[in-house]
Amino acid sequence: MAGSFTVADRVRDGGGVKPAPPARPRRRGIGWAQRLEIAVLSGPAILMFAGFVIFPVLMAAYYGFYRWKGFGPPTDFVGLDNYRTILADTAFHEALLHNGQIVVLSLLIQGPIAVGLALLLNHRMRGQSIIRILIFVPYVISEVIVGTAWSLMLQTNGAVNDVLRSIGLGWLAEDWLANPELALWTLMLILTWKYIGFAVILFLAGMQNIPEELSEAAAVDGATYWQTQWRVTLPLLGPTIRIWAFLSIIGALQLFDLVYIIWGQYVASTAGTSTMATYMVAEGRNAGNYGYGNAVAVVLFLISMLIALVYQRFVLRRDTEGALTGGR
Amino acid sequence: MAKPRQGNPAVYVGVLMLIGLMLGPVLYIIIGGFRTNSQITTDPAGLPDPWVFSNYTDVLAGETFWRQVGNSTIAAVITTIGVVGLGVMASYVLARYRFRGRGVMYALFAAGLMFPATVAITPLYILIKNLGLVNTLPGVILPQIAFGLPTTIIILVPFLRAIPREIEEAAAIDQCSRLGFFWRMVLPLSVPGLITTGILAFVNSWNSYLLPLFILNDQETFTLPLGVQAFASEYSVDTAKVLAFTSLSMIPALVFFSLFERRIVGGLTGAVKG
Repeated sequence: MAGSFTVADRVRDGGGVKPAPPARPRRRGIGWAQRLEIAVLSGPAILMFAGFVIFPVLMAAYYGFYRWKGFGPPTDFVGLDNYRTILADTAFHEALLHNGQIVVLSLLIQGPIAVGLALLLNHRMRGQSIIRILIFVPYVISEVIVGTAWSLMLQTNGAVNDVLRSIGLGWLAEDWLANPELALWTLMLILTWKYIGFAVILFLAGMQNIPEELSEAAAVDGATYWQTQWRVTLPLLGPTIRIWAFLSIIGALQLFDLVYIIWGQYVASTAGTSTMATYMVAEGRNAGNYGYGNAVAVVLFLISMLIALVYQRFVLRRDTEGALTGGR
Repeated sequence: MAKPRQGNPAVYVGVLMLIGLMLGPVLYIIIGGFRTNSQITTDPAGLPDPWVFSNYTDVLAGETFWRQVGNSTIAAVITTIGVVGLGVMASYVLARYRFRGRGVMYALFAAGLMFPATVAITPLYILIKNLGLVNTLPGVILPQIAFGLPTTIIILVPFLRAIPREIEEAAAIDQCSRLGFFWRMVLPLSVPGLITTGILAFVNSWNSYLLPLFILNDQETFTLPLGVQAFASEYSVDTAKVLAFTSLSMIPALVFFSLFERRIVGGLTGAVKG
């Protein structure tokens, strides 16, 4: 859990600029009345969290050692067999590969676009607030609606190909969803459309925290607009970008909704868009193999955890010097 | 129309194209609902000619849509109350009490922020099944409250910590207990934070897909996202009606969002940046 402290403290200290407060000498024991208050106030939340978040994760580790159809208590202990099957299954390898591609492509595509859009929207202009609302709309609409709309528009005889043909780009018209060479890029297009607003809003908020004196000083020194953005804005936006990248990576590793809605469990694997989460649902719940599904959940959890810890240790670390895990 | 300062026309062109791209698919859904299937087949990207309203009126006259609106509303409202209520109590403890284990408690909730329900969904389903809550709304609501707590607590703790200690001391002098202080001072002072976290919980519940997909198998208990999907596969030949159903189902989230846009954006950026 040490790693999670980093995010916690970052969040609490607002960028981790301030060093963590020195541990106060703890008063010797607190009165039972205060203990009771603590228990009454935080008990319900802790019980809910332990019961519906922590307990299921622990149970997944337990069920993962069994071959089990989900009825009655699991009895058929198979040790690490489920894990051996997962690690040997080419379908899982493909899903893992897709997750990796989505992680990298999300960062490479969404990051620069979002920085560009945030720079654009950071200009003073009329209707700025309405533009900010509009760019955020796809983020607020549910995945089901986004998936339904895009899968209708992207059919071979759908609106996208129709528009392409009508503006003379008919040679670009493609089978966007079923063509295995294209489908992953189609998914990236939809993901970018859906989640770019979140990145833009974050970056805009980060930019508005940068003191205006800095760019004014740069202008006085003769820096052009682009030089100022490159040398002043971007470096100061670093912490925001790194936190966004972290959230993006975690989201991409656990991607499920859009893929499952647009491609479904069977098409996703033939079109080359399956993810670890869709593999988990298809091979676990939908196939009735709950022991196996739980083992996949454990693998997904461990991979996410590992990447989160490595990222926090090596990337977020510079933002959290002085925080609990900041190199001490 | 450009302001004298930095009113570069290229910026406006870029912004207009951007808005077009972002809104295109949304408009496609809404406008498509006003067309007929033959219009959609012959000219997939065209405008309605003539405009037909029967798709929308059919959906609105049907019972299915309203039942799902009801289910989604119940789930979202109770989830919101639960998340905000439990969240503010736990945040108060984390923000204003010093006790052993506080750091661990905070770290646990913060760790929950990194793991959405996806990783726990399979065992969660088994747990809900063992509790006999499959095909019931509480089966969706309880886990949603639990998974909503991390965001809420991360947003609220700094908020509550910022309440000046002097107010607490003044309350103590006036014979107000710490619980009384929580009830009479902390809750009223933290209303903006409660609204932000409440809206986040509401919109998340409204849009939630994976959890209802596992828990709710009975059409009677479907929430809107499941309903949209079921409708889309049931009427897969009736594209216009699917579009009408879909666009009606996104109205509440859009209305909610445009009313509270500042707070949602502020809350999200606050949760990430502190």
